[in-house]
Amino acid sequence: MTAQYITTTLPDRPKLNRLFRLQWEEVQQAYVLLYPEGMVKLNVSAAEILKRCDGEHTVDALIAELETAFGETNLREPIEGMLRAAFEKDWIQ
Amino acid sequence: MNQPAINPPFWLLAELTYRCPLHCVFCYNPVNYASIESELNTQEWIRVMQEARALGAAQLGFSGGEPLLRDDLDVLVAEARQLGFYTNLITSGVGLNETRIASLKNAGLDHIQLSFQDSTQEMNDFLSSTKTFELKKKVAALIKKYDYPMVMNVVLHRHNIPHVDKIIDMALDLGAEYLELANTQYYGWAMKNRAQLLPTREQLIAAEATVNAYREKIGKRCKLLFVVPDYFEERPKACMNGWGSIFLDIAPDGAALPCHNARQLPGLDIPNVRDHSLREIWYESQAFNFFRGDEWMQEPCRSCSEKEKDFGGCRCQAFLLTGDASATDPVCAKSPKHYVVTQAINEALALNHSDKREEHPLVFRTDKNSRLNGL
Repeated sequence: MTAQYITTTLPDRPKLNRLFRLQWEEVQQAYVLLYPEGMVKLNVSAAEILKRCDGEHTVDALIAELETAFGETNLREPIEGMLRAAFEKDWIQ
Repeated sequence: MNQPAINPPFWLLAELTYRCPLHCVFCYNPVNYASIESELNTQEWIRVMQEARALGAAQLGFSGGEPLLRDDLDVLVAEARQLGFYTNLITSGVGLNETRIASLKNAGLDHIQLSFQDSTQEMNDFLSSTKTFELKKKVAALIKKYDYPMVMNVVLHRHNIPHVDKIIDMALDLGAEYLELANTQYYGWAMKNRAQLLPTREQLIAAEATVNAYREKIGKRCKLLFVVPDYFEERPKACMNGWGSIFLDIAPDGAALPCHNARQLPGLDIPNVRDHSLREIWYESQAFNFFRGDEWMQEPCRSCSEKEKDFGGCRCQAFLLTGDASATDPVCAKSPKHYVVTQAINEALALNHSDKREEHPLVFRTDKNSRLNGL
């Protein structure tokens, strides 16, 4: 983990950047992020996190909801890690 | 690599028309475009989009020529968006007034890529042979007003590459999210004008340094994409990410092409969407299978450890520069014909330092020149 990751402050209520569109692709059997002239294929957990980046969920609410949905605890660290990576890539604001 | 499984297409490029109000000297449309008639109609385009989406294509570019010259563009965008495509309009901006941009927004258009020729009115208007600079700036403001992501595209060559700093400043002023600084690729009209357009190596190095300095300075504000000119590289580009790999281009007349310039290649039986389904075209046609895998490769590609990285480079460039579409792209330093690229650079340098420049005027993309040069 780099120093930059540790110092990155996440938005209170992360929201998908309007440059990106999250969508299910039947042929790929996966969620993807579409943006001008490009696409990123997402794994299941990344897709579940990004679906909840709607500008309404707080980071805490998002984590609680996913922990309930997957019947797990201790998801804070991986979820915050993914959100930081998404923020660095400008997927969320 | 041999014969790999065929993946679905990702990109559908809909070249709606070759008609264009601009006359750019670096246009990659075929030089004989004026003889290609009979544009697909609305229903035919809708069928193409439905079939491409069913195959798995997710990105759709409306291009040309100038796609705004089609008065059914709104209808096509609405259908595309409803099918789930990410819709990109690739335009000169000519014809994009406020009524039209509102209507496209309503139809669900996702993104607009606007071209500029340079940062000054004088060069923009000279290079496109039109008076369009002020109009393009107004269109950029409209794109922002209607909250589209804006990609600004500027094709670079020896005449505008020294202004790359001013071009970036202009993109920042106009609020572009992405700026594509695309060095000219030498096909079509650009190939006709190659000796007048090729930059010098010094110009190129200076431009790259400028772009890097701006990247440091502006951070996330605007993403700068610098497409290197492959004539100055040691290895070829992975053209189209491999033949028949992700890219499906439908030309105005319904010709289905593995790249914009494939029509000129000898030996290809180019399928037309009027005669075949896209599924047949993508998976079964002779043209789309012709350069898939590596069976077609010659040495030095055939035994090269990098063949899965660059797929032997560009087939159209191999044909244009060596006369053999199966040869190694001569941009590659390993190609026995690499000298033709070096020669082209040296000839351009010599021409631009000589008093013969006047004898080699730029050839503008016009219907008249198309009929004169294209036959």
